[in-house]
Amino acid sequence: MPDARSTILATLRAGRDAHPVETVPSDFTVLKDKRWEPAERLERVKRLMEAVHTEFIDATEQDWPAVVRAFLTEAGARTLLYAPATGAGARLHAEWGDDGPELVRYDRSVDDFKEEMFTGIDAGITMTLGAIADTGSLVLWPGAEEPRLLSLVPHIHVALLKADALYDTFWQVMTKNRWADGMPTNALLISGPSKTADIEQTLAYGVHGPKRLVVVVIH
Amino acid sequence: MAHADVNFAEASRAALKDPQLRANFRRAMDGLMSKRAVQFADPQEWHAMRALGASVRLRALSRLPELLETLEENCTRNGITVHWASATEEANAIVLAIMQRVDARLAVKGKSMVTEEMHLNAFLEKQGIECIEADLGEYIVQLDQEMPSHIIMPAIHKNTKQIAHLFREKIKDAEYTEDVAQLTDLARRVLRRKFMNADVGISGVNAAVAETGTLCLVENEGNGRMVTTVPPVHIAVMGLEKVVETLEDVPPVLSLLTRSATAQPITTYVNMITSPRKPGEKDGPREIHLVILDNGRSKIYADEELRHTLRCIRCGACMNHCPVYTRVGGHAYQAPYPGPIGKILVPQMEGLGTRGEMPHACTLCNACVEICPVGIPIAELMNRLRAEAVHPDGTVKDAGAQASTVEALVWKGWAAAFASPTAYRMATMVLSTVGNAAPASLPLLKEWTSVRVKPRFAGRTLHDLAREKGIPDA
Repeated sequence: MPDARSTILATLRAGRDAHPVETVPSDFTVLKDKRWEPAERLERVKRLMEAVHTEFIDATEQDWPAVVRAFLTEAGARTLLYAPATGAGARLHAEWGDDGPELVRYDRSVDDFKEEMFTGIDAGITMTLGAIADTGSLVLWPGAEEPRLLSLVPHIHVALLKADALYDTFWQVMTKNRWADGMPTNALLISGPSKTADIEQTLAYGVHGPKRLVVVVIH
Repeated sequence: MAHADVNFAEASRAALKDPQLRANFRRAMDGLMSKRAVQFADPQEWHAMRALGASVRLRALSRLPELLETLEENCTRNGITVHWASATEEANAIVLAIMQRVDARLAVKGKSMVTEEMHLNAFLEKQGIECIEADLGEYIVQLDQEMPSHIIMPAIHKNTKQIAHLFREKIKDAEYTEDVAQLTDLARRVLRRKFMNADVGISGVNAAVAETGTLCLVENEGNGRMVTTVPPVHIAVMGLEKVVETLEDVPPVLSLLTRSATAQPITTYVNMITSPRKPGEKDGPREIHLVILDNGRSKIYADEELRHTLRCIRCGACMNHCPVYTRVGGHAYQAPYPGPIGKILVPQMEGLGTRGEMPHACTLCNACVEICPVGIPIAELMNRLRAEAVHPDGTVKDAGAQASTVEALVWKGWAAAFASPTAYRMATMVLSTVGNAAPASLPLLKEWTSVRVKPRFAGRTLHDLAREKGIPDA
């Protein structure tokens, strides 16, 4: 008996070759035309993301670690999971001090501290590759230096966004940066804290992922 | 669902008599329709996006076998193991074999309609493997041992009170509350433990990119990211039509999907998965398996007209806009896919023998056709399936299963009467006399007259009146 793969492919080929599928050219103009002035992009990102409960804080290249620390202290966070191997992680480590939430290094396999991550971490911090004006989304490429679960398991996700790393559309992000030439293990768009409307269409935040998403805009 | 149990007509009648169910659906569908309209307020943008979406789907279908091979090649290169299944039983067996190899006892599943097609939960349960639905809506219907009633909002048929009672009854130590935030938090506590302890995560696929071997998932809750990141093994299951050619094809498809489905510019998470955990990475599954399921799709693909069913991106907007779905709700269809898309897809997958009634539950109002983000001619396909159901020489499984001698005779008589002026005159004369005399309570008439006034035939025919005005016979 032929295996499923060859049966399926042979059936598809026979069906298609007997009656080819008529196609029409794909015109991406509608996506190319979605443009905003640089000054409008950040405003739009904020408006769309705030509409789904994202919080925004302004900071500068110099003071963002202190801004993050002040925010998390105020929010009552006791622990902050961070990626020590990134540039941002190194800054946090160097400038954090002793009075803020405890810094927890994400520098080993999750398998070694899954229980702790799920039950003992209040906040996680990540960098971003930028944000998208069209949909109000952060772009993240987690990886070896900055693991995937940093932006998912902790109850508060703090995301650092450079004020000049703004794009018009998702399509522009992936074509301009030639994503098709090499995709990472995981690429993410994040547009707010975790949410659901599965109970009678009533919005509730923090169903599985972070309950709060805090974007620190670095000017 | 066993075929012997399928009785759409009876289930519909029962649903129509349930005021709570009808109120729940009416309210939800009205909200979804008006919110979607806001997302596509600019008609020019809507038409351009829809044309782009349709072109992406048609291009993928035009090269379907080649793209599936490219997808397999690129996934394999990325470290994803690809499996093929002709039937749902094969797909279930593949999933089971992977689980047995890693000695899995607990699986967590993100929302996936293909696994509903497979009845995967019931299958795994029989094998002694617990498979927990992690999407909140799916979790709710699983707790109540139901099927989803909507492909995007599985628990839309329930109101908060019903869910509050369910949680108190089924979740250990749960206090009764009608506060949605508290109910959500309760589910969070239960399910976070499951994510942490699960041996395998199971997900669907919204789009698989042939060019890069990437699996794309959209969701709001984070359960999709949990099941594809936390457990050591991830199994993704997709229908073979879910492939797109290039990465660039993904943004228009996902934009049309999320705006049509839940009226969001984009979902909270867009999750693009290209490989298992690489050396040096600290999380993510160590194994990823992709199961590509046929289940009748390759047969649908062979028909020039019916293959347009496979354009579908599963946004569910056709349900939200369907006057029949809104009134009978999702469960009446007794199928994994309800509503307009279900009415054209399920009979093709399962056959017109058991599903021949489905294409008839449609007024051909065209509401679904107007809003379908990839322009599927749903009403035309509905008509085609109605014809297939009565013509034994059709191509769909169990074609001719609904054929009736009486109906065939009536149509033959109708054709004969319309072909001869004499026969036509006699027939109208007899019908108007008999018809006016017939009581409204006659067996067949009663179906109509129980809720409507019985119409009267006019004393004189239109032909007579026309002749009187001096209009000559053609």
